[in-house]
Amino acid sequence: MPADSTSTVTSASSAVASASVSDIAPAPVTGWGRTAPTTARLIRPRTYEEAAAAVRTCGARGGIARGLGRAYGDAAQNAGGAVFDMTGLDRIHAIDADGGTVLCDAGVSLHTLMQVLLPLGWFVPVTPGTRYVTVGGAIGADIHGKNHHVSGSFTRHVRALELLTADGEIRTVARDTPLFDATVGGMGLTGVVLAATVRLQPVETSLMSVDTERAKDLDDLMARLTATDHRYRYSVAWIDLLARGTSLGRSVLTRGDHAPVDALPARARRDPLAFRPLRLPAAPSLVPDGLLGRTTVGLFNELWYRKTPRARVGALQKISAFFHPLDGVPHWNRLYGRGGFVQYQFVVGYGQEGAVHRIVHRISRRRCPSFLAVLKRFGEGDPGWLSFPVPGWTLALDLPANLPGLGAFLDELDEEVAAAGGRVYLAKDARLRPELLAAMYPRLDEFRALRAELDPAGVFTSDLSRRLGL
Amino acid sequence: MKDAFGAPQSLLVLGGTSEIALATARRLIARRTRTVWLAGRPSPALESAASGLRELGADVRTVAFDALDSASHESALGPVFSEGDIDLVLLAFGVLGDQARDENEPGAAVRVAQTNYTGAVSSGLICAKALQAQGHGSLVVLSSVAGERARRANFIYGSSKAGLDAFAQGLGDALHGTGVHVMVVRPGFVRSRMTAGLPEAPLATTPEAVATAIEVGLRRRSETVWVPGSLRLVMSALRHAPRAVVRRLPV
Repeated sequence: MPADSTSTVTSASSAVASASVSDIAPAPVTGWGRTAPTTARLIRPRTYEEAAAAVRTCGARGGIARGLGRAYGDAAQNAGGAVFDMTGLDRIHAIDADGGTVLCDAGVSLHTLMQVLLPLGWFVPVTPGTRYVTVGGAIGADIHGKNHHVSGSFTRHVRALELLTADGEIRTVARDTPLFDATVGGMGLTGVVLAATVRLQPVETSLMSVDTERAKDLDDLMARLTATDHRYRYSVAWIDLLARGTSLGRSVLTRGDHAPVDALPARARRDPLAFRPLRLPAAPSLVPDGLLGRTTVGLFNELWYRKTPRARVGALQKISAFFHPLDGVPHWNRLYGRGGFVQYQFVVGYGQEGAVHRIVHRISRRRCPSFLAVLKRFGEGDPGWLSFPVPGWTLALDLPANLPGLGAFLDELDEEVAAAGGRVYLAKDARLRPELLAAMYPRLDEFRALRAELDPAGVFTSDLSRRLGL
Repeated sequence: MKDAFGAPQSLLVLGGTSEIALATARRLIARRTRTVWLAGRPSPALESAASGLRELGADVRTVAFDALDSASHESALGPVFSEGDIDLVLLAFGVLGDQARDENEPGAAVRVAQTNYTGAVSSGLICAKALQAQGHGSLVVLSSVAGERARRANFIYGSSKAGLDAFAQGLGDALHGTGVHVMVVRPGFVRSRMTAGLPEAPLATTPEAVATAIEVGLRRRSETVWVPGSLRLVMSALRHAPRAVVRRLPV
């Protein structure tokens, strides 16, 4: 569709969808963490008209867009209402291979974009720890990646987007408008993103040139990141939160950039833009609770730390190995068993290193079996009203949801984060105390006001928005 | 909405003066619960229970509800659900009766059965339907170990709880996959007003312990919770014991 049009939907097509919407039996839906299941009618629109019809007829409990379900918590669930499965809208409309932009539907995954764009010498501007997110989800959560300190969040690279609003109209939303700033990071609550124009990153090869080093403790880690992060486009540190005493916060830094062609060995130069990620068998659907407990995670962390060279420079790694190691195991979230897991991610500003220290201390003291914890420095934030990244330190960790007392413990961490002027990431949240939200997101009132005006009936509703009163 | 750990934000208690229910409400208010409905027969006890919970910071309202008057359940509970989502319904009403008297006064025995069983069937179905419409929520049903194996000393109460327990299990299966979770809680002897003056049975517990078990069960999305947990084994043995043996047991 033309990028500048505002189309309206005929009543005929909405009548078609209204029959189908109410016919659909509710099905259980959870986030990636597999906690708090609720049921909703899943609707999979294949065209913008079907999407508009679904929005108009979704009923009193509203609807919410869902992509590939990688939000950890309840952001893409809507109990008793409708969930729009956007993966049916999966067309790439136009690629500008000279200027480096792509216009595609919201249901296109970053995996698909990489498959299509890498051979042309382009890469997505920002990728999170999984390729299996949609463009729509990337905008709704305003995702970030290892290059945030250089490139900002995903929506910094979005030129414009098509938004289906509560009235069933499709609007073209340009940058620097209130609707754009409310929508990016707005968790799908301003409408359904249908398509977007995204600026791309040029690459010569599909390999990464990676420097690896170890840091012996948290101070060492933060000093190294502060001193040398600016030299790397991509930077992240894995941190062992089970380590104690003098090795508290010991970590492995992996930082790098896209490798230039001349860094490749002769063999690889024949096909420098090949994209062949490794896929292992999927995790089984029934895993006992407690597989990723203190012992196994402690053992893993120990091995992971020990196997890492003290310092290694310029190692070549596939994109999939560098950015998306967990994508190699489909359904890895099942490894946490039936109880599921929560991911806790917060950011506190520079100057609040003390808060990071205190939180890492508390987690270590409590012996929380955190399998994959990462620490990263954020660069400048972006204008999204509910966008998560602000300049500072961000720590993300996974924890099994059935740890006794975990709810109260994370509440204590929230207090620490809020006192330091920080915030937690809504795309990962499944448990924040609603009272803290306004302190963490100072533009929440504007967001609520815009929603009240744009969507007075509350068509766009999710379990997250109900829980937090967004 | 419940959070990742099963902590509800809104709570409806059927049997608003139940000590177990109020202990549970206090625990849940300490976590995420902000809205509490206490349903019960209007009484000063119900109001003082409400004000006790208000002091903890919750928004508490009472609603007139009589388990024995099943015809009124729809009109009593309907408005509660239309005011907003209810994340957790705690079906906590019940009467112990007086076994010795009830055996001689069938009318009194029927009241025990109607309160504990038919009252729960009626209100349980109404709540289940409302929870199903909202696509989420838990229905926690306070059963009893007394329903697991009838005993000479309290078979009128026990049989009513046996019916309730079977009903709740079946309801849980019926609602499986609908987003609604039904949890049957089987406490042993709980030291409370209800059991005041009775000889204490082994493995006796407290309303607070039951509340803790309920909170843990919600986190685990359990279907059956025994309080204390060791009763699961004890009752499993008792269930298979020959009647001639059970009849002679001193409990």
